[in-house]
Amino acid sequence: MKLINKHFSRKYLREETLPTNFCPGCFNGILINALSKAFFELGVVDLRNYVFVSGIGCSSLIPNPYIKVDLLHTLHGRAIPVATGVKLARPDLEVIVVGGDGDLAGIGLGHLIHAARRNMDLLVILVNNYVYAMTRGQMAPTTPIGLVTATTPYGSFEYPINICKVIASTNANYVARWTIAHFIDLKNSIKDALSKYRRGFRFIEVIAPCITYVARRLGKRAAKVIKELLKLGIRIKDFNDLDKYSREGKIGIGILKAEDKPGYVDLYGEYVKRVISCEGT
Amino acid sequence: MTATSGPGFSLMQEGIGYAVMTETPLVIVNVMRVGPATGQATKPAQGDLMQSRWGRHGDQVIPVLAPESPQEAFELTVKAFAIAEELRVPVILLSDEIIAHMREVIELPNYESIKIPNRRKPTSINETPFGSKDPRTAPPMPPLGEGYYVLVTGSTHNERGYRDPRSFETHYNLLKRLWDKVWLNINKIFEYEAYRTDDADIGFVAFGSIARSAKMAVKILREKGVKAGFVRLKTLWPLDLKPIRNLCSMCKIVVVPELSLGQLVFDVERANEGNARVISYGKVGGGEPIYPRELVKIALEGLKS
Repeated sequence: MKLINKHFSRKYLREETLPTNFCPGCFNGILINALSKAFFELGVVDLRNYVFVSGIGCSSLIPNPYIKVDLLHTLHGRAIPVATGVKLARPDLEVIVVGGDGDLAGIGLGHLIHAARRNMDLLVILVNNYVYAMTRGQMAPTTPIGLVTATTPYGSFEYPINICKVIASTNANYVARWTIAHFIDLKNSIKDALSKYRRGFRFIEVIAPCITYVARRLGKRAAKVIKELLKLGIRIKDFNDLDKYSREGKIGIGILKAEDKPGYVDLYGEYVKRVISCEGT
Repeated sequence: MTATSGPGFSLMQEGIGYAVMTETPLVIVNVMRVGPATGQATKPAQGDLMQSRWGRHGDQVIPVLAPESPQEAFELTVKAFAIAEELRVPVILLSDEIIAHMREVIELPNYESIKIPNRRKPTSINETPFGSKDPRTAPPMPPLGEGYYVLVTGSTHNERGYRDPRSFETHYNLLKRLWDKVWLNINKIFEYEAYRTDDADIGFVAFGSIARSAKMAVKILREKGVKAGFVRLKTLWPLDLKPIRNLCSMCKIVVVPELSLGQLVFDVERANEGNARVISYGKVGGGEPIYPRELVKIALEGLKS
């Protein structure tokens, strides 16, 4: 009993809401764990100075209501505009967006790219589960070619979006991709994004295939998926050396970009100062 | 506060629904223009009346205010903020292109004399951010970053903000409270202007820019010896039918001029208890307003027949 009482994550969670509503074996819980562990290792006492913003979808239910923090559960795809508003109104708060691939890379892609372009001071965690899982597993913009989904019973034939590459090509400060199997790396990445690279747009993609609508359709259990992800995840440097054919099915993981440029809030502050000083003269 | 015109307003509807559900104070100015779709993008219309009231999906009620002049646009904006802050609702200021491009002298009051109540902050962590005992008052709104750990969601939620997408009671209680919050405060929200309605035979019911034509028409008719009067709605929703009902019970005919094919006329027909003949005068497109002379003609023809 004593061990449970002392568990590090308890002060970050709303215990009355547990257990979670996720499917048995869902990987979303691992992300809650990674977030709590990152907070714990950063020495965060409570999440008073953090705001979580999420949209609609399974991944958007990761913070809502389980994490004990000020939380905005917004409209489908509109998490980033709301987060931008929160950050500009209260620059002292750390704003974290958690969303799915359908939410952030589908309907909300325009907002995502523009927030990255502005280097808006947000940490965005995109949980890529390959499908629209909440609505029973339809094809999403990230569905790999050949995957059987509810709307592509003979396998998906559309090219998926490489969202990390898209964000890395913008002005964003920090871009990383991990799978849910690389827990320590993921946790360290979240830690880095909240400490070392504390400004600008920070983007972490987490590959976490939907356990019900991807893995089960392929006849795989959670443990097997984790094992496979460990094998499929190849460090981005090695991944870039591979030829086109060997890359197939593999996932390039790692930090794609890490800079510490001033973010939007800093730039805006400077801009306001400059305008005021011009007016004075 | 944000401002838009017809097409932008259509796009905002989802967000307004979210603001209703999360009880976010908000003022939206919609300058109506000719639709649907792109329509005639720079020309005036009044076709967004029903959209302002009912544009979102689901049951909701939000205040809609309609100014008739730049002066009133200022006054009603102040009022819109006061309602939004006090009741935690989005408020729509429904203007149209004629008023938006109108140039008139306006009188500004001393800024210190304008008092807008601030939204209430919870006094303790136990105060519920989405539930109040008195349905007439809005619950307090906790700020972010002060340890209230507020849960804001557009899904059905209980008084503490926890999602409850299944239970009947939670949803019914929430919606009923949001509904009552506005309808029970109708005395604070509803405003109208009645002009020479005491002895009127011909009545006009209008709002926004067209109400100015109606007022002029009343003056012209009175000069001709015809007893005319009009009711101008400053608040379009929630609507108190009493002034329209009184007008209808007194007049032989009631003309409802609108820059649309007839939307306000439904309310007038609803208020009419069979005494008056309700004539809808709808006209829209090309930047044509409704001129007083047209209304005079309609009224005189209506009296003859």
